[in-house]
Amino acid sequence: MPDLGPILVTLALATITTLLLLIMGTPLAWWLAYTRSRFKPVIEAITALPLVLPPTVLGFYLLVLFSPNTLLGSFWVTVTGSTLAFSFAGLVVASMLYSLPFMVQPLQTAFEAVGREPLEAAATLGAAPQDAFFSVAAPMAFRGFLTASVLTFAHTIGEFGVVLMVGGNIPGRTRVISIAIYEHVETLNYAEAHVLSAGLLIFSFAVLVAVYALNRRSPLNVG
Amino acid sequence: MWDDPVLSLDIRIGIAAFELAVEHELPLAGITALFGHSGSGKTTLLRILAGLERGAEGSIAFNGEVWQATAPQKVFVPTELRNVGYVFQDARLFPHMTVAGNLTYAEQRARRRGNAIDSATVYARFGLKPLMDRHPATLSGGERQRVAIARALLTKPRLLLMDEPLSALDARRKAEILPYISRLPTDFGVPVVYVTHSVDEVAYLADTMVVLSEGSKLAAGPVAETLARLDLGPATGRFEAGVLLEATVVQHDKLYHLTELALGGAALFVPLIDAAPGTGIRLRVRARDVVLAIRRPVEISSCNILSGKILEIVEEPQTAFAETLVEVEGGRLRARLTRQAVADLNLHGGAEVYAMIKSISLAGGVSTVARAVDVDG
Repeated sequence: MPDLGPILVTLALATITTLLLLIMGTPLAWWLAYTRSRFKPVIEAITALPLVLPPTVLGFYLLVLFSPNTLLGSFWVTVTGSTLAFSFAGLVVASMLYSLPFMVQPLQTAFEAVGREPLEAAATLGAAPQDAFFSVAAPMAFRGFLTASVLTFAHTIGEFGVVLMVGGNIPGRTRVISIAIYEHVETLNYAEAHVLSAGLLIFSFAVLVAVYALNRRSPLNVG
Repeated sequence: MWDDPVLSLDIRIGIAAFELAVEHELPLAGITALFGHSGSGKTTLLRILAGLERGAEGSIAFNGEVWQATAPQKVFVPTELRNVGYVFQDARLFPHMTVAGNLTYAEQRARRRGNAIDSATVYARFGLKPLMDRHPATLSGGERQRVAIARALLTKPRLLLMDEPLSALDARRKAEILPYISRLPTDFGVPVVYVTHSVDEVAYLADTMVVLSEGSKLAAGPVAETLARLDLGPATGRFEAGVLLEATVVQHDKLYHLTELALGGAALFVPLIDAAPGTGIRLRVRARDVVLAIRRPVEISSCNILSGKILEIVEEPQTAFAETLVEVEGGRLRARLTRQAVADLNLHGGAEVYAMIKSISLAGGVSTVARAVDVDG
């Protein structure tokens, strides 16, 4: 029986990260899909950075940012009494940055596919922008939301480098599955490493199959 | 004295290399056509009226209510608060809803604004009952536009804007939907601004028209008057150019299946139409369907010959053609002749001529006539 601690921490981290990114990534993706601003390429590049940066680089900068000497770090210490680094909250912040492109890019693509036209039609029917978002854009982009959420969730579960830098390895708080596997291997406990690794492998495969199957279905015209 | 309600606009917009600048007062009654060739700016103008083009400068006032202004202070009433209906060229029904869903969407939002509407009348008028459970993707082009028009009406708009709603349809579907559109102002009390590049549609539907060319207003006025203007040249169509005539049904000839119409004091014959004597009828006669003769032609098959006087001849340099305006009893005809014919027959302003009409289209006015009927002479 493997230790359930890392699994629970991992699931909690992935769930919270996905929910928070849904809330914060949607307006960003919306803006990127519809803006005519000349700053769009810059914002797009920043959003995509976590895809190409080594997780250690991201983790390093976050660690620096989390230090109580910085504005964010000291603010966090005053409010919660503990530091962001090596805490679950710090992991959530790090995961959100790390998984940002996996939320924003599918959503942006989905909104771009919806286009301005249905929103204009909604406006002429008396729908204010918020109304039009929830009644027209969001349902039409439903599959984008699903893909983005599943990918974000899965990607967060698989992170390692950033967690190692920012979270350390505190059982029940910051020890996630990938770190646990690393430690099992370090201590030559291959049996435990096998169980967790196989679990992650099967889970990742299942998630990807689900995403591709969803995207294969004929576009829209849902019943 | 109350002035008739108008939509006054004075707007400018630049999109890439294209400039649109129009100042006009649109009557808020009947159907007004915004007419022009593609690239004339007619759709852009319609979008500005709906508030869909944010980049427009200038002012728009709906019967005194300011929708948009740059000075003295910036005003912009967003689309959803203008309470106008908009029928897009491509219908733009929501693909994730059924027909019923699309219609309820409009109804709910109208009701929230306190615009109670009699949806049953709209459903019945547009024959929507059998379509209710269908998805937009499964509808034909004509069905889609019917739903789109009904959906726009359900918002109880103060003004209905229509952007070439028939351009994607074939001739039969067009003929099916035209009568629905022509009756909108009387049946639902909503003034219509109708964008089109088809002279036929203008003749069938519109009371007044605004001619746009390369982003500016070329002419505006009652349709019959404007279509008879020769000075607009290609803007009102070369091949499709023609006039509107108002005639009255006199009697029917059941034997030969003809209906006699009175145009002023003259008689015209068209294939039997289903309208009682005394009914007013709108006729459209194309310039290319009128032949002029100096003496009354005899022993020819054409049955519609009117005597008249030439008012104006405009020769089109660099082409073979000349446009002629002929005054006949009860109206004016345009005839498209070759410049050689003008010279050979020695045609000039004031000359007495006989106009043979090869083809007449009914351009509305008879409720039972669902399509334009051509009569060949």
